[in-house]
Amino acid sequence: MTHLNAPAQGSPDLSMRIEYWRAYPALSSPDVRHYGQPVALVVATTFEQARAAANLVDVEYAGAPGCYDFAACQDQTYAPDALIYGAIPPDTSVGDFDAGFDSAPVRIDVRYSTPYELSQPMEPHACLVVPHGEDLIVHVSTQIVDAARSSIVRTLLIDPERIHIITPYVGGGFGSKLRIHAETILAALAARALRRPVKVALTRQQMFHLTGLRPTSSQRVRLGAQRDGRLVAIAHEVTMHTNPRSDFIEPTAATTRSLYAAPNRLTSHRLTPLDLPRGEDVRAPGEAPGMLVVESAMDELADALGMDPVELRIRNEPTVDPEQGLPFSDRQLVDCLREGARRFGWERRPATPASVREGQWLVGYGMAAGIRGHIQVPTTAQVRLAADGTAVVQTDMTDIGTGTYTVLTQVAADGLGLPPDQVRVELGRSEYPVSMGSGGSWGAANSSTAVHRACQALREKLVAAARNDVRSALHGLDPAGAKFSDGIVSIDGVSEALSEIVARNYPDGVAADGQTPAMRDDPNYADYSIHTYGAHFAEVGVDADTAEIRLRRMLGVFSVGRVLNAKTARSQLIGGMIWGAGAALEEDAVVDLRSGAFVTRDLAQYLVPVHADIPEVDAVVLDGYDGKANVLGAKGLGELGICGAGAAVANAVFNATGVRVRDFPITLEKVLPGLPPLDD
Amino acid sequence: MSESDSRATWAASASLAGGISTEVERGRDELAALLAITLNVNGRLWHLEVDTRTSLLDALREHLRLTGTKKGCDHGQCGACTVLVNGRRINSCLALAVMHEDDEIVTIEGLGEPGDLHPVQAAFVECDGFQCGYCTPGQICSAVGMLTEVAAGWPSHVTADVSSRQITLSGEEIRERMSGNICRCAAYPNIVAAIRVIAQGAPE
Repeated sequence: MTHLNAPAQGSPDLSMRIEYWRAYPALSSPDVRHYGQPVALVVATTFEQARAAANLVDVEYAGAPGCYDFAACQDQTYAPDALIYGAIPPDTSVGDFDAGFDSAPVRIDVRYSTPYELSQPMEPHACLVVPHGEDLIVHVSTQIVDAARSSIVRTLLIDPERIHIITPYVGGGFGSKLRIHAETILAALAARALRRPVKVALTRQQMFHLTGLRPTSSQRVRLGAQRDGRLVAIAHEVTMHTNPRSDFIEPTAATTRSLYAAPNRLTSHRLTPLDLPRGEDVRAPGEAPGMLVVESAMDELADALGMDPVELRIRNEPTVDPEQGLPFSDRQLVDCLREGARRFGWERRPATPASVREGQWLVGYGMAAGIRGHIQVPTTAQVRLAADGTAVVQTDMTDIGTGTYTVLTQVAADGLGLPPDQVRVELGRSEYPVSMGSGGSWGAANSSTAVHRACQALREKLVAAARNDVRSALHGLDPAGAKFSDGIVSIDGVSEALSEIVARNYPDGVAADGQTPAMRDDPNYADYSIHTYGAHFAEVGVDADTAEIRLRRMLGVFSVGRVLNAKTARSQLIGGMIWGAGAALEEDAVVDLRSGAFVTRDLAQYLVPVHADIPEVDAVVLDGYDGKANVLGAKGLGELGICGAGAAVANAVFNATGVRVRDFPITLEKVLPGLPPLDD
Repeated sequence: MSESDSRATWAASASLAGGISTEVERGRDELAALLAITLNVNGRLWHLEVDTRTSLLDALREHLRLTGTKKGCDHGQCGACTVLVNGRRINSCLALAVMHEDDEIVTIEGLGEPGDLHPVQAAFVECDGFQCGYCTPGQICSAVGMLTEVAAGWPSHVTADVSSRQITLSGEEIRERMSGNICRCAAYPNIVAAIRVIAQGAPE
């Protein structure tokens, strides 16, 4: 199948606010917009045949010049006219930045760059489509079921009822599976045409051009401070690459708006169109590159002031959200900083860069603050109790390694007073109540809130039924004091098995729905600035002769409201911190400026952290409860671990060597020229 | 719908747009060179006919339906497809199925199953040595193979005394020896903790 015979497909409707729901046509035009774009699909009865056949396809291209060099194409840069994600303004300004900055006795004006990075989950993007009459059963690895269905429906121009998504387990997503890509559309088109099951799996190399690309960026940060460290002016101005046909804006400077107090402020996002794959959301979109740079610049300010970097941050702690003027729902950044410094032994930090040497190793400590917005999205779940007293939770929410099955089992068991083994959680099917899946760290808190509400509704139904049921021990008792525990419902010392109430009143079982509202329908999200916070600490050794950088240990202390599951929360935070380390030291998709190809397009050349790179890493979560976020007091944390983690590593490299690298990743050839002279 | 009907449908839709139907039909009928082989996997003999180009990984997944072994890169770079062949860990994506007729192959399914986990599997669960789980079968098979290598006194890049037969399985040794298995969720500290649980339980 090529553009010559591919069926007609829908075009992406750019007015749809969230792009993951838009159409995603493939093989729809003879124009090749970037290196790696699919030009043909070969279907055979076996994988070996298909691969061999694909290798026989000769493609002739009529070449045209392209723009691949981000630095060289800066004259094309423009200001986007749309809101980021349809919600976040690209530019903000408070006070008079220029006047404030000019008046500051201590000024930092630095430009950093961050590379193209990729999600690259371990499970490649893959899709198996099985036709069933006019219906298509779509087994696809995806983070958002509803978005996958919408995207297929709008591309294939098919009735939504005909598409059935199944994605019970997802082998990692990290943003690249927020939407479906060519693998799904090609499999669906071919399966529909052949009326046979078709499986399409991207190769690892193909994933580098087709999925999950974080834009490269150039970021200018200006910090103006009094000599006591108080900021008078902050500017964070970001330019990133985009695609000439539709903008993708990573909200790189957005969280800077809520981070530190300063009366004069400026943030902006600018786009440089290149003939490369379009950017997409990659884990911690915005904060990952943004906090990496802002928190590196804050370290530069601390160095210029001769001030402890922890103290500098504490001194700039705002009392209200510094741009919106809103009160914080629950901000414990200073607690994270103090607790982290204490646990890490921050007082042992070398006060002077490049002053501590252990054998061949220059040793340094670094730290950074972390912040990420908490997002509430509409989510529904249904909980059904069977007559035997067991419960089934259903939602089209996904588990991408984040522990959704575990957490929702806990929440439902807690909500109904059942042992966890009496609860079954069923996820990832388009027949189930609609959620916004996994992404943006919203999954656990939003789906847990919906499940909790469904359990609440069930409890109310059951106690009302018991109260009106003359056969019940609880007949006539005031349901307000009802307690649900270990499968027993009790009121004022009188109790009855939950299963008996269900069996008698609802022999076919009883179900209730629970919902989490969108932020716009929840006044707390207009009245409060709702974020999560962290403080990162890192120790590195840098080889005095070769500039090889070895991470020695990392610690993060976080405030996320209430933790739903301590074990999985810690695991996700650690994973995020290691992503931060990878961004600081390793990850870099290098563009061939002649073709626009990523030359480092496999896992041997696009370096991600491996075992040998990663030392002891610990994550600690402060006790908390953010009642403004939701009824459970829980906020998202899947991406918080990244936010600032890389800057702590980068700042440790500076502390170890006295070399400040402003072009990420920090690799040895960038550090080596600045190292102290070799000993004899 | 019969196969010939569906072929006709496809040929019709293809020829409408530009006449590639001939290639499609020939591709469908072409027979690859199939070889009848017997594989010894998880203590059981499996008779199968495979394309000589079929990797051991694809034979396990697509022919034997042992989908616990994962394809992460098909290129020997990520370790997700690690299985044990005669007790040694290999990337099954880099091996052809037809090369392994006389070998004892063990996959994650052969190490243990729910209710009867291998000690390394149990340690991974206890230490939360995974998140999405996709690299996990490879990590576990790799860990089992690695522990055998250590017991046999094989040194690694970070072994201080390569002439010693006694390897102390430090965190650094574990990390070095496990670096062929990538975990994008980055569960590394927990994976190392799980392997340490096993190593410390083993006799010195």
